[in-house]
Amino acid sequence: MNAIVNISRLLKDRLAKTGLSRFKGGVHPPQHKLESTTSPIRSVPVPKYLVLPLRQHVGNVSKLQVATGDHVLKGQLLAKADGQVSAAVHAPTSGVIASIGNQLIPHPSGLPDISITLESDGKDQWIERQALDYLAMSKPELLDHLREAGVVGLGGATFPSHIKLREDTRHPVRTLIINGAECEPYITCDDMLMRERADEIVRGIEIMRYLLDAEVCAIGIEDNKPEAIRAMREAVAKSEIAINVIAVPTIYPGGGAKQLIKVITGKEVPSGRLPTEIGVQCFNVATAYSVHRVVNHGEPVISRVVTVTGNVAHAGNYEAPLGISISELVQLAGGQAEDGDLIMGGPMMGFNLPAVDVPVVKATNCIIVPSAEMFPDPEPALPCIRCTRCADACPVNLQPQELYWFSKSQNLEKAREYDIFDCIECGCCTYVCPSNIPLVQYYRYAKSEIIAQDRAKEAADIARERNEFRLMRIEREKQERAQKHAQKAAGAKAETGADNAVEAAKKAAIAAAVERAKAQKAEVVAKNTEAVSPRVEAEIAKIEARRAQQPEPLRQPEQAQLFAESQEAEVTSASSQVESLQPLSKDKQPTEEAK
Amino acid sequence: MNRSPYLTDAPSVTSIMLRVLLALVPGIAAYVWVFGGGILVTLALASVTALSVEALMLKLRGRPIRMFITDGSALVTAWLLALALPPLAPWWLIVLGTAIAIVLAKQLYGGLGYNPFNPAMVAYAALLISFPLLMTSWPAPLTLAEIQLGFVEQMQFIFSGALPTGVALDAVTSATPLDYLKTQLTLNHSMEEISQSSIFGSLGGQGIELIAAGYLLGGLYLIQQRIITWHLPTAFLASIALIAAIFYLADASRFADPAFHLFSGATMLCAFFIITDPVSGPTTPKGKLIFAAGIGFMTYIIRVYGGYPDGVAFAVIFFNICVPLIDAYTQPRVFGHEK
Repeated sequence: MNAIVNISRLLKDRLAKTGLSRFKGGVHPPQHKLESTTSPIRSVPVPKYLVLPLRQHVGNVSKLQVATGDHVLKGQLLAKADGQVSAAVHAPTSGVIASIGNQLIPHPSGLPDISITLESDGKDQWIERQALDYLAMSKPELLDHLREAGVVGLGGATFPSHIKLREDTRHPVRTLIINGAECEPYITCDDMLMRERADEIVRGIEIMRYLLDAEVCAIGIEDNKPEAIRAMREAVAKSEIAINVIAVPTIYPGGGAKQLIKVITGKEVPSGRLPTEIGVQCFNVATAYSVHRVVNHGEPVISRVVTVTGNVAHAGNYEAPLGISISELVQLAGGQAEDGDLIMGGPMMGFNLPAVDVPVVKATNCIIVPSAEMFPDPEPALPCIRCTRCADACPVNLQPQELYWFSKSQNLEKAREYDIFDCIECGCCTYVCPSNIPLVQYYRYAKSEIIAQDRAKEAADIARERNEFRLMRIEREKQERAQKHAQKAAGAKAETGADNAVEAAKKAAIAAAVERAKAQKAEVVAKNTEAVSPRVEAEIAKIEARRAQQPEPLRQPEQAQLFAESQEAEVTSASSQVESLQPLSKDKQPTEEAK
Repeated sequence: MNRSPYLTDAPSVTSIMLRVLLALVPGIAAYVWVFGGGILVTLALASVTALSVEALMLKLRGRPIRMFITDGSALVTAWLLALALPPLAPWWLIVLGTAIAIVLAKQLYGGLGYNPFNPAMVAYAALLISFPLLMTSWPAPLTLAEIQLGFVEQMQFIFSGALPTGVALDAVTSATPLDYLKTQLTLNHSMEEISQSSIFGSLGGQGIELIAAGYLLGGLYLIQQRIITWHLPTAFLASIALIAAIFYLADASRFADPAFHLFSGATMLCAFFIITDPVSGPTTPKGKLIFAAGIGFMTYIIRVYGGYPDGVAFAVIFFNICVPLIDAYTQPRVFGHEK
């Protein structure tokens, strides 16, 4: 216990002195932040139609609560959270549900997803809003409230916040870090939010601190945002809790959660683990702001600040209702774009939107309208000359040149061995590559291939186990039947005395039963292989021969145990499937928060 | 579609290669000062050969010629080989060596980025084994030669092997300091006697030390330009200096001092331009230290105990073979991983 106190004191001292650590690597791309910070956050008129995907967060698709034709009020629940890892979706304005169906969403895949289309009635009429006296509420109650209000990480990861705010007795959170670093070029939505709504952000942080019972609270802001730092310092001075505003060095990707945690606490989040394991939790400033709106104003998450910048007349930040078409937002900023042009996110980690009329979602932090000069097409790639500029730039200390080699040559096991899953896809390696190799794309490809292979293997394992068990069950039932017959026969013998004729008849019956069972077994084995080509038959015969050579794996008494085991195996493989998904979302968190 | 990052800020391969060539200029200038303008002919000959052979090979391999011929890597190989060869080497030796470097050591392995060995050193080693006499006969520095050849006379010698009438070959050649040291030591002469020879300068060989200083200067420029890191040259020079110091302290009468080893032979060229070839070298920081220190150690051993006066080429090739192993065992700790 003493040790923990000492450590936390050390940490406090460290924070007090703002003796910052640094992470290896990183790059300094041109920032292009001035363009969008010259005017305050602008409000956006409510559009006629809003499109609200049911999956705007990491986790389960939210459950639809309305039907086509329903009239809804602003802030009304449209779809509620399905389970813990999920978040609700609300109406950004009042109106009528025009349709529910698949629509293009802002996602790199370019695939449509189920969405609600809301036709505004122009009244913008709110539901009844009620501020919460959160100190009087139980924490689980408050967390449920956040879940039902649709609070997710607004740094880009959109992980449901209530999960990260849950008290974890195994890993109590001692340090709460609020991420205002905003390290990606062009993006300024957090910067402007901090400048203009610092007090509200601090109110949100107070609620978060209360939920986590954190001892230390720090806001990390890159030192290229002096106005935001000043505004936040003024705001925290008024707060009842101690919050440190820390100016961190401007270096990309210093806003990645794991990088920021390292800079502020000096500690590294273990690979594949969550920051809570080292007693830290990290949230974006915009998330803190939305927690405040939810709790102190009773307003669910129905809008967010979006930076619209690049080749537009009025680059700046817009408080956009969720669901507004991005093309409308771009027009509002005085720009024009064609399908495939627009970039959502920053120039380092963003992606091309599949179309211009996809809606703003909770993850939409920035829309860049590029011109041809801004992001010229990459030069043709030359071979890697192993200059290791990428390795020097990698904030995770990977060896990108090796990962490239393994990914390119499909040596996926080796790529995994060289920790490809620690790659946060920040793009630093590609940024510095003299050979113009799109390294990150190779890693994305390799990762998705590895995941696909793992899934396929798992599915095959499960299918094989099921089939083996089924065959075994059939065999067991047969044996049991035969045993029962035999017992009956023995019993009859004891009762009636030795009657050879009867016994012989019974023996014959048993023999016949065994014969039948054998025939049945043959039938069972042959069942799947009817009407196949001779080639396949030959293949099956080969496999059967191989099987026959192998010793029978398990004897009868062990079958019951095996049954239990195989069930367990199914359960664990199912849960490992869930787990195999989880590290991904964990990885995604810091990655996307880098924006 | 996800093609991010959309921003890049990297020097092109061409610009990196050109800066390497630029970094060689002080060394070349010193070379001209010490041995005369013949080296410029050698450089030109090697350059033309390298570009022609590279273009031919790219055509045969069906690769884009323009893209690869302009990357500058063939020129770097050509210049390094030219500077490693004895000045006044015959034209065919230069052409043959360059062709070996580009065809055998580079293009047959897949061209830029795929050569496991340093092409210039492969060519150098091949020539050294095939033509030991030519490869070890160096002209004397101009200040020491009985007869000084002019630029035109040097050119004539390179192309026709003919010296001006009345000039004997002995009048223009001399043993290199490393060579001289080796032969004199086998004759049981002491270091003190040996170093009285006029071919020794204040640090290394007379004149040669000046060229070495030129390479050092160019090398520092490459570090400043972040084209190479400090790891390789530092570990290599430190390793040679350390082992030379140990031998020197043990027996100063039979072993040259560390400064001599640093400023003789190809030490400086090797430290900043040869072992720093990224393609055939290791990539991890620790691996670079091991690789360079190993080459330094081996260079010294070959110089002192081997059959050749300088051991750089063999040492480099040997450690090129070890690169995959060195890299595999020196992977740095990834963020968030245990040591």
